[in-house]
Amino acid sequence: MAEFILEIKHFNLFYGDFPALKDLSFSIKEHTVTALIGPSGCGKSTLLRSFNRMNDLIQGVRTEGEILFKGENIAQNGINLVALRQKIGMVFQRPNPFPLTVRDNITFGPRVMGEKKADILEAAVEKSLTRVGLWKVLKDSLEKNALSLSDEQQQRLCIARLLAVKPEIVLMDEPCSALDPIATLRIEELMLELKKRYTVVVVTHNMQQAARVSDETGLMYLGELIEFDNTKKIFTTPSQKITEDYVTGKFG
Amino acid sequence: MAATAIQRKEKLIERIFLLIAFSSIFSLFIIALFIFAEGLPLIWKVGLKDFLLSTRWAPTKGHFGIFAMIVSSFWVTIGALLFGGPLGLMCSFFLVEFASDRLRAFIKPALELLAGIPSVVYGFLGVVYLVPLVRDYLGGPGLSLLTASIILGIMILPTVISISVDALVAVPDSYREAAFSLGATRWQTTYMVTVHAARSGIITSLVLGMGRAVGETMAVIMIAGNALKIPLSPLDPLRTLTSNIALEMGYASGMHRQALFATGIVLFFFVMALNTIATVYARRKRIK
Repeated sequence: MAEFILEIKHFNLFYGDFPALKDLSFSIKEHTVTALIGPSGCGKSTLLRSFNRMNDLIQGVRTEGEILFKGENIAQNGINLVALRQKIGMVFQRPNPFPLTVRDNITFGPRVMGEKKADILEAAVEKSLTRVGLWKVLKDSLEKNALSLSDEQQQRLCIARLLAVKPEIVLMDEPCSALDPIATLRIEELMLELKKRYTVVVVTHNMQQAARVSDETGLMYLGELIEFDNTKKIFTTPSQKITEDYVTGKFG
Repeated sequence: MAATAIQRKEKLIERIFLLIAFSSIFSLFIIALFIFAEGLPLIWKVGLKDFLLSTRWAPTKGHFGIFAMIVSSFWVTIGALLFGGPLGLMCSFFLVEFASDRLRAFIKPALELLAGIPSVVYGFLGVVYLVPLVRDYLGGPGLSLLTASIILGIMILPTVISISVDALVAVPDSYREAAFSLGATRWQTTYMVTVHAARSGIITSLVLGMGRAVGETMAVIMIAGNALKIPLSPLDPLRTLTSNIALEMGYASGMHRQALFATGIVLFFFVMALNTIATVYARRKRIK
């Protein structure tokens, strides 16, 4: 363990001329939950979206520096984005299942990769739904439209849909912001469960959430990484004044 | 408190606008009334079954069967859908999912221009270029179901494209983001997700395109050959319901004239049915 799966080295990102991320350097260990916290607009989501290059969909984005995924620089041009996104998947702020059946949602990833065999797809459905705790609830309603599920179930389904692609890193962009407190707790339990098999990076507004689920925490402010350390340390004895002010609620 | 002069004026203006708005509905009502008043007595005399299901159309000799024309209209509409549907849908996929903003800003107005070209020009181009091509390479008279289908397919493109583009644009980007983040390509995202999300709008666009095709007259007269028989191959000439009305109204009188109005009733139901289907699908989309 404790291998670095992601190493960020002097990473900068610009929206046109505006520097949104400034000279970030830190590393993420395999099989951990890493939380990125900070006030709105600090760049934490932008950073998260740099890990699977979702920022490429926005026009006028330019980056400098390196992001190494298992030693390979994924921030450079010419990288295979399809293959990258299958290794580094993402769960979004609002649950966004496709307007298809539960089954078709889960099999989407494998089908995209060219899997056609029904038995393999079926196995993927069961395995993925089991891992997010939905199999028992949904096994008899796989033909149901995914949009008819509750918000929490939809978000779990989105996670299951991602797991069916067999990613190594699961990026979560405020995955609980559309959920009620109880559903939030259950998704957090799921994150702890997930880190046994995957590496989880979660962006959150909710400091208690970061404290509860993460092993390491990074505080971002105005595009800079103020502090990145063991979560316990960040929340008890931070070395920066800004961190202390933020985690104690003095601003943000 | 008594109404002031301004309030009274406001009320009056409101009434006037209401009246003007209703005049368009009123004209629809008048049109329907006239068609039915002129056409129904003939259907009554001939019998609905003989009128719709007989293929013998010899109005001067008292035979009023429009079955061949119904079949012809049906095939021309299907043919137009076969050519215009895939072309229009692919075009709208390209515009919404693949084209850059600059390219889209150039192509979309050009397509709207397509809708502004008079149908007689389409017919003319069909006669001059397409008909000889079909005749020389595929046989038959050239004036045929195939030719009419191709030209009508092009004519329904603006309808199909503009409505399906609207439907695709309305699909939330979160679906596309999710698909991309799962490693899907643009095309996979389009046919596996976006098309499903926009399905009702896409069907609406096809149905309204069919409505456009079934009602088209001028171009069809020029390129379909107007022969009074059921087409047995795509290379056979045919005469649609609309063509028949346009071709014969000039000299028809008496029962013949009534029969043409009765043909109008049939068309009226055709188009009504298509529009109703389109509305139902469009509404289903909104509920979602």
